Amino acid sequence: MKFAILVNEGPYQHQASDSAYQFTQAALKKGHEIFRVFFYHDGVNNASRLTVPPQDDRHIVNRWSELAKAHNLELVVCIAAAQRRGMLDENEAKRNGKDANNIAEGFRISGLGQLIEAGIQSERLVVFGD
Amino acid sequence: MEDEGIVKKFLYLNRKAPYGSIYALESLEVVLIGAAFDQDVSLAFIDDGVYQLKKNQQTSVTSGIGVKDFSKTYRALEGYDVEKLYVDKKTMEERGLSTDDLLVPVEVLDDAQMAELMEQQDVVLSF
Repeated sequence: MKFAILVNEGPYQHQASDSAYQFTQAALKKGHEIFRVFFYHDGVNNASRLTVPPQDDRHIVNRWSELAKAHNLELVVCIAAAQRRGMLDENEAKRNGKDANNIAEGFRISGLGQLIEAGIQSERLVVFGD
Repeated sequence: MEDEGIVKKFLYLNRKAPYGSIYALESLEVVLIGAAFDQDVSLAFIDDGVYQLKKNQQTSVTSGIGVKDFSKTYRALEGYDVEKLYVDKKTMEERGLSTDDLLVPVEVLDDAQMAELMEQQDVVLSF
């Protein structure tokens, strides 16, 4: 089956990102297709490459990056939600006159149209949120 | 466009009060962007989500909490061909609200009808 995943909560604060990750990993293991993982609301914070969790804990951001690399997974961060929360890629940082960017490897910033498209193109859109 | 021709039933399920958190505003942003995709869109308001449609929100710096008032956007939805708005009957009763308290015309559904509405959808975006 072709799934799309929506992550609406930030890492560590809420279980949603962990559940989404476990679901995505399990679906891939079973041979399902993940059309796209879309990060919205505080979910955009899952893409911060400046995240430094304690060493004995899981690294939620790197875990997504690694999964994306291993399975050619699309991780898309909503641009509007990202910008109001201080999440910028190199282009957006430049465009907005900021001196830093913080989007982790494997994630890309794009518009909400990518979420709607994921809903249209997938057989199931699974929402992980509060 | 690749999506051309496919029309799915999208339900935006709004469950949280406005202004206390950003879910209501960002849900509206999805609805507005999504309107460009010509899908079959419905909005449902349950639990504290019905407060999103409450008239007379005062959010300005002088009379309220200093947050941008997005109530007007609900009135503008019609212009985006988003015309199917539903509220939950029990939710309204529990909060002492009637449809006269709301910004826009809505259809009131009981639990069974709301369940049926959800059952009919292809995509449910819950905020």
